[in-house]
Amino acid sequence: MDKAIKRYFPLFALPTLVAFTIGFIVPFVMGIYLSFCKFTTVTDAKFVGLKNYASIFTDKTFGHSLWYTALFTIVSVVLINVLAFAIAMLLTKGIRGTNIFRTVFFMPNLIGGIVLGYIWQLILNGILAQFGRTLVYSATYGFWGLVILMCWQQIGYMMIIYIAGIQNIPGELIEAAKIDGATSSQVLFKVTIPMVMPSITVCTFLTLTNGFKLFDQNLALTNGAPSDMSQMLALNIYDTFYTRTGFEGVGQAKAVIFFIIVAVIAIGQNVLTRSKEVQQ
Amino acid sequence: MKKKSVAALLVLSMAASLLAGCGGSDDSSAKSDAGSDAAATDEAKDDGADEAKDDAAEAPAASGDGKVYYLNFKPEQESQWNDLAAAYTEETGVPVTVVTAASGTYESTLKSEMAKEDAPTLFQVNGPVGLASWKDYCMDLSGTDLYSQVKSDDFVLKEGEEVKGIAYVIETYGLIYNKTVLNAYCGMDGAVVDSIDKINNFETLKAVADDIQSRLDEVSAAAGDGYNLAGAFTSAGMDSSSDWRFKTHLANLPIYYEYQEKGISETDAIEGKYLDNYKNVWDLYITDSTCEPGMIATKTGDDATAEFALGEAVFYQNGTWAYQDIIDAGVLTDDDLGMMPIYIGVEGEEKQGLCTGSENYWCINKNASEADIQATADFLNWVVTSDTGRDSLANQMGFVTPFKTFDDGYTPSNVLVNASNASIDAGQTQVAWCFTTMPSENWKNGVGAALTEYAQGTKEWDAVVTAFVDGWKTEYDATH
Repeated sequence: MDKAIKRYFPLFALPTLVAFTIGFIVPFVMGIYLSFCKFTTVTDAKFVGLKNYASIFTDKTFGHSLWYTALFTIVSVVLINVLAFAIAMLLTKGIRGTNIFRTVFFMPNLIGGIVLGYIWQLILNGILAQFGRTLVYSATYGFWGLVILMCWQQIGYMMIIYIAGIQNIPGELIEAAKIDGATSSQVLFKVTIPMVMPSITVCTFLTLTNGFKLFDQNLALTNGAPSDMSQMLALNIYDTFYTRTGFEGVGQAKAVIFFIIVAVIAIGQNVLTRSKEVQQ
Repeated sequence: MKKKSVAALLVLSMAASLLAGCGGSDDSSAKSDAGSDAAATDEAKDDGADEAKDDAAEAPAASGDGKVYYLNFKPEQESQWNDLAAAYTEETGVPVTVVTAASGTYESTLKSEMAKEDAPTLFQVNGPVGLASWKDYCMDLSGTDLYSQVKSDDFVLKEGEEVKGIAYVIETYGLIYNKTVLNAYCGMDGAVVDSIDKINNFETLKAVADDIQSRLDEVSAAAGDGYNLAGAFTSAGMDSSSDWRFKTHLANLPIYYEYQEKGISETDAIEGKYLDNYKNVWDLYITDSTCEPGMIATKTGDDATAEFALGEAVFYQNGTWAYQDIIDAGVLTDDDLGMMPIYIGVEGEEKQGLCTGSENYWCINKNASEADIQATADFLNWVVTSDTGRDSLANQMGFVTPFKTFDDGYTPSNVLVNASNASIDAGQTQVAWCFTTMPSENWKNGVGAALTEYAQGTKEWDAVVTAFVDGWKTEYDATH
């Protein structure tokens, strides 16, 4: 049977491979090629070399959106993971209604980003209207609006991953620690957290990349207002590509740089947290 | 057992990926469905063709198996275009797809649609600047029947000898006002003016607006039942879907006067000589308004339309295209509507008229198949020559068109268009649409954002000046 699987491997894998090639590899290679081109529509491009990359450096909005995104990612990664872990701890204590709470916390994750963005825009603008202001009054409002939105959306999802991790910790480990006289904070930091390190790897990876790639929520909540000050990287790329005539190639070049940044950060994070994982 | 389940899993995933593959093509199959729907009406073609002959001399004959895909710019007229397309398909059997881009997203929609295999055969550009980015896709229209129907070359976009775009609607904008309320105000004690005609410069306009704003309840009472004014002007909505009213249309006036003074029709660097006037009128809009200046960032054009149409505001800056939306609300009638020029306080503006021009030019996609190009040209010819087409454009969409064929009774009769004609008849100087020469969308966005921030008090007026003057230069250099 194993032999049969090996023999027919290409046959079975082919459809997925074809889909992957069409849906991922081809656009990816095309995208990199287009970043060296000048074009209006993607099917009709002219090679111009490194010009697009050069003009990124004269574009002030790119630098601004880069640090704005970085700041947002740091804040949201910390908040989401700490809160998700705390809730996961609470909901593994066996209190009544645990399942209902888990479901409720998880639900925001089922709503799409654009819809969430508009919902929160209504809520936050409704609150700010009391003070005669709007969400786009300054980039700070947009920033914290986004943080609140992302926490609300992602905490539930990360919570589920942490719950799975916590439930996997063998009961005797914690029992043994307690018998040895460990305090509850010692149990938390010396037993629980090292044991859920795989979950932490996954969750930080997800929140980190989500934070960097954030687009829909940003678009729906503030759309970069005021004056592109609350514009994150992905939206900056989108705006360069679609709203600036003649800048399609520059948008594409930004996208390539964006990919490299995200890849480097994600791999670095993975290596870092993996090294902290312990074997049972 | 384990092996079996592995095998089953593989089969499942294979099936899933196949399904996913099918899912991806949904879009195109939906489209071809629409096509075959249209094809089904082919049977009716024979009957229809005879009738069609009366209307459009040679329309269906040359169409063959071509099809038309129109990417429409005007959301206000979406349903009318859909009806018109259906009528054409019924008559000739040629499938016509009309897709309307959401407000403010035409350029991005066009960009992604043009990259597709089934690209729009008919699209539009908004003037010389729009043409610059799409000229490689525009067919020379000089040989088409449509071009032979245009009254003059003032209404076409040319590149050398080639006709790249043909305007299909001439529009006018200004300050739409509520005639009933304003007349009632003029009859009140202590009113600044005693007749609407006397509002013919910025100073008077501001005095009237300030006075109305300071005693809204009195004016509402004088205007009669159902009026509950919330401000002199509608909210100056700066939501990104609607800020074109100010970053583009209002900004046209300072640009127009600068061009006039220098005797030019475009420039690579604007000086901003009339920006103080721009500031004055913008201050007026956001102060004498239905909402706090800090709140305009979230207000939309629809909000403004609703406020005006429900009688909550007296002045509303917009154009002839807004007529249907105002009337559809069911509160105001033709007798309540009037339109006056936007006064910004320039010397001699008593003679200034409304802003008239076009930013809607039809272009045919050069890269479409020959059959499709022919079908599109035939469709356009049918639109401007057949009774159905002319009726739709003139009476249902309310377009004033630059085509000869509309002269025999196909002129729209809405009051805003009449106001525009009256302004011409009265010998007022019509303000040209200089905003088609604005350097880029990005420039407009910069000015719009600065206007919003100035209104909410987070930036000084200098920011608008910088975006206007310095932004013009930067954007011009970046896009030329």
